[in-house]
Amino acid sequence: MKLRKLTLTAGALALSMGGVAIAQAADLVVVSWGGAYTASQQNAYHDPYMAMHGDIKILNDDSAAEGVAKLRAQNEAGNVTWALVDVVGSDAIRLCDEGLALEIDHDTVLAPAPDGTPASEDFGDLIVSPCFIPQIVYSTTFGYRTDLLKRAPKKVKDVFNTHTFPGKRALERKPINNLEWALIADGVKPSEVYDVLDTPAGVRRAFAMLDTIKEQVVWWTKGAQPTQLLADGEVVMASAYNGRLFSAIEEEKQPIGMLWDWQVFDLDGWIVPSNGPHQEEVLKFLRFATDTQRLADQAQYISYGPARKSSAPLVGKHATLGIEMAPHMPTDPDNAKNTLLFNYEWWADNRDDMDERFNAWLAR
Amino acid sequence: MNSTLVTADGVPLKTSLARAQRREKAASLLLVAPLFLFIFITFLIPIADMLLRGVSNEIVAEQMPRTVPLLAGWDDVIGELPGEAVFAAAVADIRAGARAKTINRLGQRLNYERSGMSSLFRKSARRVLRLKEGPYREALIKIDRRWGDIQTWQLIKTFSPPYTGGYFLAAVDMRLDPVEGIARQQEDRRIYLNLFGRTLWLSALITLLTLLFGYPIAYLLATLPTRTSNLLIILVLLPFWTSLLVRTTSWVALLQQEGVINDLLVAVGILDNDSRLAMIHNRIGTVVAMTHILLPFMVLPLYSVMKTIPPSYMRAAVSLGAHPALAFLRIYVPNTVPGMGAGGILVFILAIGYYITPALVGGSSGTFISNFIAYHISQSLNWGLAAALGVLLLALVLALYLLYDRIVGIDNMKLG
Repeated sequence: MKLRKLTLTAGALALSMGGVAIAQAADLVVVSWGGAYTASQQNAYHDPYMAMHGDIKILNDDSAAEGVAKLRAQNEAGNVTWALVDVVGSDAIRLCDEGLALEIDHDTVLAPAPDGTPASEDFGDLIVSPCFIPQIVYSTTFGYRTDLLKRAPKKVKDVFNTHTFPGKRALERKPINNLEWALIADGVKPSEVYDVLDTPAGVRRAFAMLDTIKEQVVWWTKGAQPTQLLADGEVVMASAYNGRLFSAIEEEKQPIGMLWDWQVFDLDGWIVPSNGPHQEEVLKFLRFATDTQRLADQAQYISYGPARKSSAPLVGKHATLGIEMAPHMPTDPDNAKNTLLFNYEWWADNRDDMDERFNAWLAR
Repeated sequence: MNSTLVTADGVPLKTSLARAQRREKAASLLLVAPLFLFIFITFLIPIADMLLRGVSNEIVAEQMPRTVPLLAGWDDVIGELPGEAVFAAAVADIRAGARAKTINRLGQRLNYERSGMSSLFRKSARRVLRLKEGPYREALIKIDRRWGDIQTWQLIKTFSPPYTGGYFLAAVDMRLDPVEGIARQQEDRRIYLNLFGRTLWLSALITLLTLLFGYPIAYLLATLPTRTSNLLIILVLLPFWTSLLVRTTSWVALLQQEGVINDLLVAVGILDNDSRLAMIHNRIGTVVAMTHILLPFMVLPLYSVMKTIPPSYMRAAVSLGAHPALAFLRIYVPNTVPGMGAGGILVFILAIGYYITPALVGGSSGTFISNFIAYHISQSLNWGLAAALGVLLLALVLALYLLYDRIVGIDNMKLG
C-alpha cells in the first residue's frame, strides 16, 4: 500500500497548498448549496454574526452537492479544510456512520427555545442522527400548469392518471419518492408503504405502477430543471422542491399551481466535519445560527420550514415580495394534511439495490 | 599493428563516441525528467490507485480482525451456523468497531453485496455495547435474527480476503455468490453491459457524424483564400470557446417540444400541434448536442492536413483525364486519411468519457457509462465500483487504440 500512501501525500500536498490562502485564525469555510439557499443563510445569520464578531469571517463554498464525496476525499488526504457542511438528513447519517462528522450533544451545544425548552425537544424527531443539526424542512411535491390542464389535479393519484390529466410529467431520476408515490397511487396505505416495499412483490408493484406512465415521463436530475420544464410547457406536472416551485410561482409569476398531496418531507441541516478546523468557533457560530429567531428569519428569504417548533410562530413576511410566508411553508397545516417523512433507515439499506433496479428499469 | 581508430588523445574512437552519446542521453533524460515526474505523480499514480481501489477489500479483515481468521476454518457449505467462538469474536469486533465509530463502514461495504447489511451492523453496534456476557450466539441472534441466517456468515466469509473481484464483476453485471461462485446478476439489476454497449455505439455514431459534417467545412476552409478562411475559422472556434453548459442549454431551447424547431415545423404546417417531435431528453438529444460540441475536434485536424495537400495533385489527376469526382475520391480523400484518423480518435475518445451533456439532454436512453461513474463517486459513494467501471472504460479505450494502430497505423495519424 506504499503506492496509495504516496498518492495521498501528493493529494494532501495539493490540498494544503489550496488551503493556505484560507488558513487564517478565524476564517470559517461554510459549505452550502449556493444560489437562493446560500443567500438566505447569508442574510439570516452569516452577516449578522460577522457584524457581531469582527474576528470571524465566513467564507461560502457552494459545493454541497458533492459535499459527501469531497469531505470523504479530504479525510483520506488527511486535510479537512471545511469547518461546517450543509447536508440532507440521509447524508448526515452516512457521514456519521463513517465517522466523518462530529457527534453533537444537542442540548449543550445548541441554544434552548426562548421559553427554555431544550434544543433536543425543540427540534424533536428531526434530529435523525447524533451528528445532525437540522435547519429546515423542505418537501418534494408537485407543481402543475394551471393553464394547460383542464382540471386541477388534487391527489397524487392524478399524477398517474394520464387519461384525465393528459400530458407529460417530470419526475426526479431516482427511485426515492417515486416508488412511494407509485404505491400510494396504487392504493397502498401510506403508513404501510415501507412494509410493502420490503417485499419483492411490493417493489414489483411499485415499478408496475410507474410503468403505466413511463412513456409520459421526462426525468430530471438538477433542482432547477422541473420548474424550467413547467415554464416551457414541456410538461404539465412535475415533482420539484417546494422552494423552487415557490420562486417560480411568486417571483416569476408562472401559471403554476401546487399539489401538496403526499408531499415527501426531507431535512437539511449542518454537520461539523470531525477533523475540521476551528471547531470551537464553529460550535459558537452554530449556537447562534440555529437559534429560534435565526431559523425564523431564514424563512423570510426562502419558503422552507424552520426545523424548530418554536420558530414557526415567528415566521413573517417575505423580505422583498412582502407576502405572508406561512401559507407557502410545507409545514403549514393546510399544506401538510398528507405528508410522508421518508424512511431513512429503509433507504440506507436498500438504496444501492433500488438504484440498480431503477436504472435497469429505465433502460428497458 | 592495432587497427582500431583512436582519437587525438589515444582513446579508441568507439569509446569516445559512446561517452559523448551517453552524455547527450543523460542531458535529454534530465530535460524530460520534470515532465515525466509530473505525469507520473498526477497521472500514473492516480490511475494505479484507482486500479487498486477497484480490487481493494481490506476493510472486512480490518474491522473484524478476530472473526475473519476463525471464519476461515468454518465450512460454509454444510449449512450449519458457525460456532460460539466465531460469535464471541464477532461480538468483540463489533464492540471495538462501535467504540471507534468505524463499524458502520463495514456495514456499508457489505451492503453493496446484499441489501440490509447496513442496518444490521448499525443496529448491532448499538446493542452490542450493552451486551454483558455470553453465550454470544443466542445474544447476537436475539439482537437481530439475520445473525442466525447462514447467508450473512457466508457473505462475510466470501468477502473477507483483502482483495476482491467483486467490484469488477459488478461492473460487468455479474456477482460473487457465496454458494454459486461467479454468477450473472439478476435480470432486473443488469445495467452496465448495456451502458458500455450504448456508450460505444453512440460515440461511434457521433464520430461518424462529425466526420460527415466536418469534412466539407474543413475542405472549404482549406481551399478558400486565406483571408476568407481565417474569418470562417473564427466561426468554428467561437463555439469551441463558448462554455459547454451554454451550448448544451441552447440545444435544449432549440430541440424541446415547445422549442424553436418544433414551433417552426408546426407554424409552416409540416407537423400537427399534437405530434410535436421528441428530440431531447433521449438518445437524439445526446447525439445532436454532442456532435455539435465535438465538431471542432474533427474540423481542426482535418483542416491542418488538407492545408498541406498541394492543389497541383488534383490538377494533375484531372489533366490526366480523371473525372473531378473520381480525382477527389482517388487522390484527395486518401491524402486526408491521417486527418480523419486524428480527428476520429480525438472525437471518439472524448465522446466515450462525456458526462455533462448526456446528463442534461440524454434523458434515460441517452446517458453514458461516465454518468454512472460520476454517480458512484459523488452520490452512492461506492468508489470501488466507480474505480472498476473507470478501469474497464480505460481498458476499452486502450484496446480500441491498439485496434486502430493495427488497422490504420498510428504513424498514419496527424494532428497538425
